[in-house]
Amino acid sequence: MPARCFDAQVFSRTQVAPAIHRLTVRWPETVPMPHAGQFCMLRAWGRDEAPLLSRPISVHEAYPISGDEPICENGQPLQLVTFLFEVKGRGTDCLAKLEAGDTLQITGPAGNGFDFSGLAEGTRVALVGGGIGTAPLYQAARELAAMGIRADVYYGFRDEPYEMEPYRHTAGVVRVATDSGRVGFHGFVTQMLKPEQYDLVVCCGPEVMMRRVAAMCAQQNTRCLVSLEKKMACGIGACLGCTCKTASGEGKSVCKHGPVFDAKEVFE
Amino acid sequence: MSNLHVSLLGKTLPGPVIAASGTFGYGVEYGEIVDLGVLGGVCSKGLTLNPKYGNEGERLLETPSGLINSIGLQNPGVRHFIDNELPAMRQALAGTGTAILANLGGGCIEDYEEGCELLCQAGVDFVELNISCPNVKHGGIAYGVKPESAKEVVSRVRRVCSRPLIVKMSPQAEDIGRMAAACVEAGADALSLVNTFQACAIDLEKRRPVFNNIFAGLSGPAVRPIALRMVWQAVGAVDGAVPVIGLGGIASGEDALQFIMAGAAAVQVGTANFADPHACQRITREIDQWMDAHGVNSLDEIRGCARG
Repeated sequence: MPARCFDAQVFSRTQVAPAIHRLTVRWPETVPMPHAGQFCMLRAWGRDEAPLLSRPISVHEAYPISGDEPICENGQPLQLVTFLFEVKGRGTDCLAKLEAGDTLQITGPAGNGFDFSGLAEGTRVALVGGGIGTAPLYQAARELAAMGIRADVYYGFRDEPYEMEPYRHTAGVVRVATDSGRVGFHGFVTQMLKPEQYDLVVCCGPEVMMRRVAAMCAQQNTRCLVSLEKKMACGIGACLGCTCKTASGEGKSVCKHGPVFDAKEVFE
Repeated sequence: MSNLHVSLLGKTLPGPVIAASGTFGYGVEYGEIVDLGVLGGVCSKGLTLNPKYGNEGERLLETPSGLINSIGLQNPGVRHFIDNELPAMRQALAGTGTAILANLGGGCIEDYEEGCELLCQAGVDFVELNISCPNVKHGGIAYGVKPESAKEVVSRVRRVCSRPLIVKMSPQAEDIGRMAAACVEAGADALSLVNTFQACAIDLEKRRPVFNNIFAGLSGPAVRPIALRMVWQAVGAVDGAVPVIGLGGIASGEDALQFIMAGAAAVQVGTANFADPHACQRITREIDQWMDAHGVNSLDEIRGCARG
């Protein structure tokens, strides 16, 4: 499904941790709802204002999906899409200043999300995330829960975890590791994860972490999906700025063919 | 509603705005976003005879009002394009008068010739010969700096090109006017300019250039006034012998009109598509609105008017 480009209204924006923001927008009925693992190009500044490019931000929550209680406004059910992002520079700083009622330009939903089709109830799934890479995994947990699969969660943070509470209702075992040891396990998620316990591992985080998880999964013959991050100009497969090399040597666009890939396709 | 039609190389285009090569995929990617039928044309991503992976390492860097890219002509090759992307482009543009421009980069002259022959047989509307890609050693820029080299490749391709031939010029040309004249003398039916400006950036943490090739191509609003100066010079040099298509940082109808008043037959819009996926359509509308507000019925009334 090709991406659309439209203006959306901010429903809410809150800071949930230092430099981490939750941005919820009213999603137009005319645009297909995004799936877990998809992302959007967000722009909260004029087309002729800096920075030049919009910012690719992954979908944290798409609401409602089957089983969700509808949220109504004036008797009308709302469609809401939430992005969780970290302020890294000028673009994300602009996004962090949005308030309810503001508008922003969205291009999306973009990319292929996590493909959970064909997973049977009882499939053992682990969600492995690092830092802001945990953002797309929440919608993954929600979609899996709607299929009767309660995924186990292994998340690593530098110091203070954020946005963990909602997993109580959607996930199985939740395990947290921090680099500082302040919360949970003192160390890396890769020290807690046992891929042999799972049929599928879904991973998003720093590349070094994803490569390690992918290698561990490969050793145990556990299927592993990774969600890649690259600089993007267009977000829809036109500029070829975000190409990654696949096992066959062919280049694929992270924005269009990804950002989700089978780990075997993109990591040796 | 003014008349936005543009007569270019024997074809009547629905509008003066052409989506520039490398910024619009094969048109299909923007099919749900832009009404492709209002565009004058869609340029394919730069093609080469054989498939190319493109450059390793960083490919993009934002700069103030600009974008440096080092894509390196990633493309599936001319034959794959003809069998796969071209039919999809045709389908996306079916029922419109929007032209299909195949942008052809090269290695050696023989590759340019063979690629061009194949594209002409496949029936693209125009061939845009890229002698200006700064990101591949033999991607064309070697031919885009000295008029003698440009003349050689253009005249050789001219002989095998059965479709109108547009030559896309580099701002790195030693002398824009002489280069424009040389391309026309060698048989170009039209010129388009400018491609990206060779640029550089250094990563302070790594203490190394950002791009593996050290230099890469700068585009976007930052280059527009220089691009406009070069278009002005090219229009002057060819003196009406062939149409000149202007591009370089155009992001609004007013920008586009400046190029047209400098004498451009049509314009291309590239980097602006990234900031605003509606850019080509919006710029077309803004040109239309300006013409309406100023009682201009056709672009012919104002083309080149700034030259006095």
